[in-house]
Amino acid sequence: MRSFTYERAPDAAGAAKTAAEHPGARFLAGGTNLLDLMKLEIERPRHLIDVGRLPLAEIAETADGGLRIGAVVTNTAAASDRRVRTRYPVLAQALLSGASAQLRNKATVGGNLMQRTRCPYFYDAAKPCNKREPGAGCSALGGLNRGHAILGASEACVATNPSDMAVALSALEAQVETVTATGATRSLALDEVHRLPGETPHVETNLEIGELVTAIVLPPPPEGRQEYRKVRDRASYAGGLFSLALAGERMAMGAVALKPWRASKAEAARAAGASPAEAAEAELAEARGLGRNDFKITLARRVMAAALEGTPLR
Amino acid sequence: MLDTAARDVTRGTFEITVNDEERRVNVDLRTTLLDLLREHLGLMGTKKGCDHGQCGACTVLVDGVRINSCLSLAVMHEGQAVTTIEGVGLPGNLHPLQTAFLDRDAFQCGYCTPGQICSALGMLEEVRRGEPSQATEDLAAAIVSLTDEEIRERMSGNICRCSAYPQILEAIRDIAGAAA
Amino acid sequence: MSSITDYALPNPVNQNRSGIIGRAVDRYEGPLKVSGTAPYAAEVKTPSPPAYGVFVGAEIGCGWVRAVDDVAAKAAPGVKLVWHVFDQPPGQGEAGAKSYVQGQAVADPVFVNPKVRFFGQPVALVVADTFENATAAAGMVRVSYEEDPEAEYEFQPADAAPAENDQDSAVGEFELAFAEAPIQLDEVYETPIQNHCQMEPCATTAWWEEGTVQVNTSVQMIKGPQHLVAETLQIHRENVHLMSLYVGGGFGGKGSSYEDLASAALASRVLRQPVKIVLTRQQMFNATVHRPATVQRVRLGATPDGRLTALSLMVATHCARNAPFIERAAAFSRALYAAPNRLTGHRLQLLDIAVASAMRAPGEASGMMSLEAAMDELADRLGLDPIELRIRNEPDKHPESGQPYSARQLIECMQDGAAKFGWNKRNPKPGQTRDGRWMVGMGMAAAIRGNFLLPAKASLKVDAEGNIRLRQGMTDIGTGSYTILAQIAAETMGVPLEKVIVEIGDSGFAPAPGSGGQFGAASAGSGALAGGMALRAKLTEMAIADPASPLYGAAPEAVEFRDGLITVENRSETLAALVTRLSPEGIEAEGSSSPAPDIRQFASYSHGAQFAEVGVDTITGEVRLRRMLGVFACGRILNAKTAKSQITGGMIWGVGTALTEINRVDPRYGSLGSQDLGTYFPPVHADIANLDAYFLP
Repeated sequence: MRSFTYERAPDAAGAAKTAAEHPGARFLAGGTNLLDLMKLEIERPRHLIDVGRLPLAEIAETADGGLRIGAVVTNTAAASDRRVRTRYPVLAQALLSGASAQLRNKATVGGNLMQRTRCPYFYDAAKPCNKREPGAGCSALGGLNRGHAILGASEACVATNPSDMAVALSALEAQVETVTATGATRSLALDEVHRLPGETPHVETNLEIGELVTAIVLPPPPEGRQEYRKVRDRASYAGGLFSLALAGERMAMGAVALKPWRASKAEAARAAGASPAEAAEAELAEARGLGRNDFKITLARRVMAAALEGTPLR
Repeated sequence: MLDTAARDVTRGTFEITVNDEERRVNVDLRTTLLDLLREHLGLMGTKKGCDHGQCGACTVLVDGVRINSCLSLAVMHEGQAVTTIEGVGLPGNLHPLQTAFLDRDAFQCGYCTPGQICSALGMLEEVRRGEPSQATEDLAAAIVSLTDEEIRERMSGNICRCSAYPQILEAIRDIAGAAA
Repeated sequence: MSSITDYALPNPVNQNRSGIIGRAVDRYEGPLKVSGTAPYAAEVKTPSPPAYGVFVGAEIGCGWVRAVDDVAAKAAPGVKLVWHVFDQPPGQGEAGAKSYVQGQAVADPVFVNPKVRFFGQPVALVVADTFENATAAAGMVRVSYEEDPEAEYEFQPADAAPAENDQDSAVGEFELAFAEAPIQLDEVYETPIQNHCQMEPCATTAWWEEGTVQVNTSVQMIKGPQHLVAETLQIHRENVHLMSLYVGGGFGGKGSSYEDLASAALASRVLRQPVKIVLTRQQMFNATVHRPATVQRVRLGATPDGRLTALSLMVATHCARNAPFIERAAAFSRALYAAPNRLTGHRLQLLDIAVASAMRAPGEASGMMSLEAAMDELADRLGLDPIELRIRNEPDKHPESGQPYSARQLIECMQDGAAKFGWNKRNPKPGQTRDGRWMVGMGMAAAIRGNFLLPAKASLKVDAEGNIRLRQGMTDIGTGSYTILAQIAAETMGVPLEKVIVEIGDSGFAPAPGSGGQFGAASAGSGALAGGMALRAKLTEMAIADPASPLYGAAPEAVEFRDGLITVENRSETLAALVTRLSPEGIEAEGSSSPAPDIRQFASYSHGAQFAEVGVDTITGEVRLRRMLGVFACGRILNAKTAKSQITGGMIWGVGTALTEINRVDPRYGSLGSQDLGTYFPPVHADIANLDAYFLP
């Protein structure tokens, strides 16, 4: 780890301003992703702005019957909240499928949203990676890419987004509230936060320099069944090979792309009367295997079709 | 209180309570909570298995909540109360869970054991608070029924390569009692 | 020990008068382990604050280090030294040199060769005042490499060739018999690279006291590492005090030692300060050893009623170019089933990747996957129960050597386990049994592992309070050595367990073979028994010659030891009284044991049967264990609790080996695909439901 200076942010706007003024500064909340990367020197912040004690740890109902979850609410607190469990069970299930209890107790929902890929080539500084070093190449392409993207990838990057929570938020059509370096606040749709790699995989989000996530806002819960299904190689404490969030009529997939993949094509097909299998096929039509992850395409079709058929997945 | 305004400073001095003892420490800010315990406070009971939050051997309780101490900076815990395995119990004055681990042979090489015990204690508190897990069938229920499946899921953040899992389950069950 | 029949004569262990042998005694060192007060190698108290060493790992798979830019690292805060091939540690012996004929290791100097043999190989060491400074400085070392264009990283089974010192085993005429067999099965099975994942990473703490180096490390055997340090540092091995009191898991991966061992000793010599080096988890994956991959071809020729006429298992595997090792996946198959025509053997490919070596049940772990699966498929083809198929091929002596088995209860294990598991509920037709969205299947497999004994010594001492102190250079890697040695000492000397002190893991103690190959308990335990018998003989001699002893003049063969007493008929005195009177500083004796020559007349194996019920999710294809039972016949069980833990632990390793653990080499770089515990999956709690085991009496 490189040496850094450290401060506790006095308030959210101050944190954003400071971050913009200090190139190489990073927000620190739970630290479970940032410190992981700092130990490997994949992240090398010069200055840490600890936002973990900011008053952003509340969960409160919104005027329209939704829920606002402060960015510093821990994963455990969010998943345990009665309102989340009863009204947005897909979100609770997604949170509870991630990591371990110890990590969920420390990681914040803001941090969960911002966490970076777990691609093993990204994690190995000896391997070419366009995220770490633009122009260096993508060593996952043509490599051991069983866990990598089948949708939205490019020649520059085939990594996936590891967040389960974000997949559920996508299906729930959550909004993300932020404060920018100038003190302005704004709200982005969840689907607007993360970027596909394109030619610039090192640019991971649409947030500005210094922009700090302050809350995740859920609209009123949708009608109908909610379920989160994560498929993985062992029963717990492992990243997903594939996941599906179902929230009423809406669906999103995880571990298939560098952002949560809202299954809007499948939704549209269903709305137009397609069968579950046809709808799944519509969504996966553009999926491309990399050689070792082609099974994900079949897996995605099967899980999505089963979900649409109403088969219990858990 | 930590002087957080000093911009050139890469060390910090702050207070942290460890096993009911208030300590004043001065450390390189890069020091994790795990390394603070092991290398600065001489508390070697908390173990470094991977240093990246992937094994759970470093589990401690902070204000009663279990976390991986390797993925936390010591300075983040200023003013908080940390409980390590040494604070749970020492030979001659063991906690009932530690005694249960002895009875049930819930360890072999012993390296993951402090983490398993601290994690189990934290887990039992989470259950008392009604916090759900991936194994919880009825998310809406206020009370968690601590089935074997629940214990296994909740303890999955602690890898045991000697694979004492069946015995660890029995030891925890001895303390937790039958599932409600 | 002139004959194995000597062991059949009455001795304290087989007499077991107080019943300590076999009892479910709590682990001796348990209170230390559950309270976090057992010091592992990186945790021992040093006489002064230690410096911290961190390795830099090679970033290419095969080639040479051509330049090292260490300027920034050397100037970094707190850095005390930076070593590499262009700035080597001083005072090392020449590679392969050996000063002592009886030495168990040769010099293995570090950083003397620019050759990079595998990705992640330590190519530099940084030692600094803190772990943080050492790690940061290690990141500043810039190494330039020349890659070897001829490097071979990819396992190509067709390129595997016969290995030196290894012969195929052939009986009868396999090819002919197979060709003529009415039923033929010819299948290929593959097993991947797998990693040990001991929870404690390898670590060494070293410091010097006068001319002796105190080395605390984490190893399975004591003598080899002690000798390696001596030869490498060019000092007399009497001046290497090597200790490994608590080992956080070995599983074969700490049967070798790594660069931290010599490096810590060398650095502490130069710096005149304790030095501590701990491998990172990534270095554990990349720079220690692994179980190599295999490709195995099983051919079985059988009659329609299931009698094997031909059995062949041919294994292709790989190892590191400079470290020959054969994963003997076919070896067990020579002992398991009868078949008059047999052909088994291994082929080896040398690769430019990290070292392959023993990983828990080397050979059996990989090989039994194939033969047992093949037997299952054959049973299915024949319409026979898999257990019945095995019964029909039960050998009455070793199928290749013709030796009688010392013991064999495979059939009892299978039948007893089948009854307890509910095997008769199994539907032999695949795909028929459902539980909601799960397809459910039941399967079984035989278990076998060779038993052998190595020489061992132990010294036992009785003090003026009647406490017994056992000292042996044995290790406890979680296997329970401390505990069974305490039990043997207690039973042999006739004292309660609370009066026994066990000290092991020290190169200064009577040597024992260490932990490995399933030989630890029997070998070290026999040494402990011998040591106890030697002490008994000495105490007896002293007592019967002492007019002040109630045993004066007694016949030595009538003397017994029980309840802390030395006694003959109705005359006795406490051990404490005897020692206090005759030798208050204590009385000590050393004994030694070794395998009797006639042990080679027998084929000696443990056997067992394992039963598993597994579910396959019909939507996702995920495979999950539902329940598992193991039944084993392993001879005399020394401790019911610790032995059961060992065996359930082994079964869970089997679950991981079969269902969750895979590593692969990226053939472009020669590096492992999974370099940490986030991408390599030993089983977790949630993977293991309803798993139990027991031993046949």
